[in-house]
Amino acid sequence: MAAFGTAAGRPLQGRGGSPGFRFTLYGALAVMIMYFDQRAHYLEPVRYALQSAAYPIQLAVNSPPSAWRWIRESLQTRDALRAENERLRARQRDLELLAMRYEALAHENGELRGLRAALPPVADRWLPAEIINIQLSGLRQRLLINRGASNGVFKGQAVLDDRGLIGQTTHVGPWSAEVILITDPEHAVPVRVERTGLRTIAVGGGDGSSLALPYLPANADIRNGDLLLTSGLGGVFPEGYPVARVNEVHRDAVQPLAQVRATALSHISSDTELMLVWFREGHPAAPAAATSNALEVKSGSAAMQPLAAPPRAAAAPHADSAARAPAAPAPRTEAPPARSATPTPRSQPQAPAADSGAPAVTPSDASAPQAEAPAQPADTPAEPPPAVPPRSRPQA
Amino acid sequence: MTVTQARVRMSLTALLALIFTVLPLPMWLDVLRPAFLVLTVLYWSINTPRAGGIGFGFVCGLMLDVFQGPVLGEHALVLSLVAYIAVREHQRIRSKPAFQQSLLVFAALIFYEFVLFAIDGWTGHPVTSPLRWLHCLTGAIVWPPAAAILSYSEGRLT
Repeated sequence: MAAFGTAAGRPLQGRGGSPGFRFTLYGALAVMIMYFDQRAHYLEPVRYALQSAAYPIQLAVNSPPSAWRWIRESLQTRDALRAENERLRARQRDLELLAMRYEALAHENGELRGLRAALPPVADRWLPAEIINIQLSGLRQRLLINRGASNGVFKGQAVLDDRGLIGQTTHVGPWSAEVILITDPEHAVPVRVERTGLRTIAVGGGDGSSLALPYLPANADIRNGDLLLTSGLGGVFPEGYPVARVNEVHRDAVQPLAQVRATALSHISSDTELMLVWFREGHPAAPAAATSNALEVKSGSAAMQPLAAPPRAAAAPHADSAARAPAAPAPRTEAPPARSATPTPRSQPQAPAADSGAPAVTPSDASAPQAEAPAQPADTPAEPPPAVPPRSRPQA
Repeated sequence: MTVTQARVRMSLTALLALIFTVLPLPMWLDVLRPAFLVLTVLYWSINTPRAGGIGFGFVCGLMLDVFQGPVLGEHALVLSLVAYIAVREHQRIRSKPAFQQSLLVFAALIFYEFVLFAIDGWTGHPVTSPLRWLHCLTGAIVWPPAAAILSYSEGRLT
């Protein structure tokens, strides 16, 4: 045991005090930094500066792989390029065909719901970003992309690839941003089952491709092959983007909850490019106030509060009600079941539900309550409403 | 060797160690990767405790935090703690033969990972996989050659 200033520390004196003193100083500084970063979120500018200082190192580490890729791409033969061109052309034709149909469907859906015109797509603009080939902490599911605040990227932005959801940004530097994947155990994304409309939360499984659905009761209507879409709750991800496919349902007679696992649809391990998406503000399917949701949850803005006098059980705090004032919120508790049967998930039933009320279900939605019926008793315990907004965000 | 010279050398080796720490590797190799930056901090704390030691550990930890830390300051705290212990015991560690040094480094790495684990848990970002402890072993194995390389960089003045 060495007390400060005893012989143990003396040989080094003359340069900024004894080791004990200096350790006390730096330790206190580190603890203060941790406190302010974790609790008060005061250190975003410091983190920003440090990220920009780290950017040259990131580039240096990334340069050999990217140089190798550049060389390989520039040495491709003419035949390979022609084949790829051919394939892409065919794919584009297919997609155009689909998109044509999509326009018609969106229009038709809007008309069925009594809107004058179909809603515009929820994605306002998007930006491709490259993954910087760098190892962040190995056992966490994080990655670094080469877009940052200078491209307008903000904290808590949704990141997608061409197959599904990848994650959201956690720390944004000037030219780079850190992305937490949906498969990280710290990450939870609110989802709904496409087939039944059952809503729950998918927590990352921690192994790069799997997610767990830990809050489903044993009698929940879910089976292998079910597609999970984002439910639009939680304030980060918009409604209706594919997340994962259920690949394991395990029901134990003793356990009150089913053990369900799903595989993420995005191919993170083979991707080199992904998409940052900005969503149209005020669109019914857009996540509510995606820029400032961290503060909203804490301070409790009116739009995020549970309803004052719910007509039924516990009404979930609807995250997507920022645009609409919570003037007539009661019928909206009926909206989610109807939503499940919509052919295109884009246009939400919120607007018609708010003025026409829930009983006026359009004919196309008639099958919804039936499909929903077996899942209905499971709905309330399956989805603990207050847990949704905080869990959907990594606590950074 | 003056203090300034030593500081330049320390920063260069630390930068190199940081690059080795963030170099992309496949998963199975990544969990085996020794914590190069921690080894570097340990080496310089033991061999030139006058030139940096605790402050050096703090700065290295802060850089590590930017890349790996869920909370800013986590690695900074742990690395300055490790550097403090190494600086205090530097005469005892320095005089040991390589094998015993390896054992001490193993203990230091376990201590480092344990404190990190505790802080991870307290701040609500736990990684409970037992694989996180694996790098302590490889770090101890890598220590003798790493120390030899670092002492080569130091020249014959120590």
